[in-house]
Amino acid sequence: MKKSINHDKLIISIRNLKKAFGDLEVLRGVDLDVYQGENLVVLGRSGTGKSVLIKIISGLLTADEGSVKVLGQEVGELSPRELAELRLKIGFSFQNSALYDSMTVRENLEFPLVRNVRNLSRADINREVEEALEDVGLAHTINQMPSELSGGQRKRIGIARTLILKPEIMLYDEPTAGLDPITSGEINNLINQVQVQHNTTSIIITHDLTCAKSTGDRIAMLLDGQFQRQGSFAEVFDSQDERVKSFYDYNFIDG
Amino acid sequence: MNEQKGPEKPVLTRRLDRFFLEMYAVSAFVGRIFKEAFLPPYEFREIVKQCFEVGYKSLPLISLTGFITGIVFTNQSRPSLSEFGATSWLPALIAIAIVRALAPLVTALIAAGKVGSNIGAELGSMKVTEQIDAMEVSATNPFKFLVVSRVFATTFMIPILMIYTVAVALMGAYINVHQNEATSFQTYITQVFNAITFLDVFSSVIKSFVFGFTIGAVGCYKGYHSSKGTEGVGKAANTAVVTSMFLIFIEELIALQIVSALRPS
Repeated sequence: MKKSINHDKLIISIRNLKKAFGDLEVLRGVDLDVYQGENLVVLGRSGTGKSVLIKIISGLLTADEGSVKVLGQEVGELSPRELAELRLKIGFSFQNSALYDSMTVRENLEFPLVRNVRNLSRADINREVEEALEDVGLAHTINQMPSELSGGQRKRIGIARTLILKPEIMLYDEPTAGLDPITSGEINNLINQVQVQHNTTSIIITHDLTCAKSTGDRIAMLLDGQFQRQGSFAEVFDSQDERVKSFYDYNFIDG
Repeated sequence: MNEQKGPEKPVLTRRLDRFFLEMYAVSAFVGRIFKEAFLPPYEFREIVKQCFEVGYKSLPLISLTGFITGIVFTNQSRPSLSEFGATSWLPALIAIAIVRALAPLVTALIAAGKVGSNIGAELGSMKVTEQIDAMEVSATNPFKFLVVSRVFATTFMIPILMIYTVAVALMGAYINVHQNEATSFQTYITQVFNAITFLDVFSSVIKSFVFGFTIGAVGCYKGYHSSKGTEGVGKAANTAVVTSMFLIFIEELIALQIVSALRPS
């Protein structure tokens, strides 16, 4: 299956987004468009507001200024019910997976399903959970507790949990953070597989250039609270800007 | 969504500003508990699960504490009564003390230590590991699912545990009375029930509802608002216990004044 990116259909549109925490201005007028079916990678150093950006998109944080439109809806103006409905179309994969510790893998996956999709029989729920786990290659972990899983497995289960509601948009927060190169590669492949199989539009937050290169259709680099460079991987790093060069060098040479 | 821009200059003093802001946050939190409790969807399964956690899992500790309290209180009261040759009043004295004060307080304090710290640590840990955010982005109201269900469970289970503590403590006291005064069970029970009034039982049950609500609300508030990091989780558990215990004693004092005013002289 091939990627099908529709450059005529805007899924996420952000204009002049500003966010500060106390005196610290994190986002200083961010503009960003994400098109249907594309994987957009947001690159930047730690603490530059990458995670803040996707938390604003999903309504977990509120913007100080600016416009954030997701699927044509202004996120900041939605009622709690409208926001809940929008969130059903957004999958959020957290940096630390955020699996519910007190539940088994099966219960973790069932949780969003039984609460949001009505009139599902027990057999339907079991089938959906098993299919989601097979998609991420972890069907055998169905009765395990999150504490029994490795970091990579937790990430995959976290992604499976978001996929179970068949979202149109996927937001990945540092999907390869803390993983070895082989497991990181598996996660990168999974992100691409999700894009193709489920036709999702994704934003991938990372500072891992290997992840950016292998998953991103387009790269946006966050520098000083704004996207100062956007384009393909080669276009973004074809720069004399010292900040961009040092980011590249540390990832591929020193780090 | 709990980021706040702090005021640049304090309105009163920084400490007073913080205190009033905290009071406002607590009031808003309690108000939200009442609001969410009456709005659908209702989390019946989670409430039942939490009732099991709060009630059933506290039984061993409550049983041991209640039983020992009954024995020790009886043993310590006997010398004073025997000085006046009034050891026959022992069952009545024990019943009044246990029903009016000891059982509600002991149950609430044990629950504050066991359940309150558990709730504070659990929610604190969920906050730190983004599990609460994960719930929110999967279109589930985490406040209703986590907070309202736990507050419901503590509010309704503490009075039941209190009644159980009364029974166990009276049983412990009976064993001691029977060994020393050779009082029969029937005589003991008759004396116990003759001593206590409807107001004693009613006020203790109402008090226990308040204590239960306090333990649940404080534990949830501290956990739900814990700062990031493992240190925050420990702090949430600790302050949940300390604050609950402090509030329980204050509430006990207020209840004492109210019940004393209502009691016919």
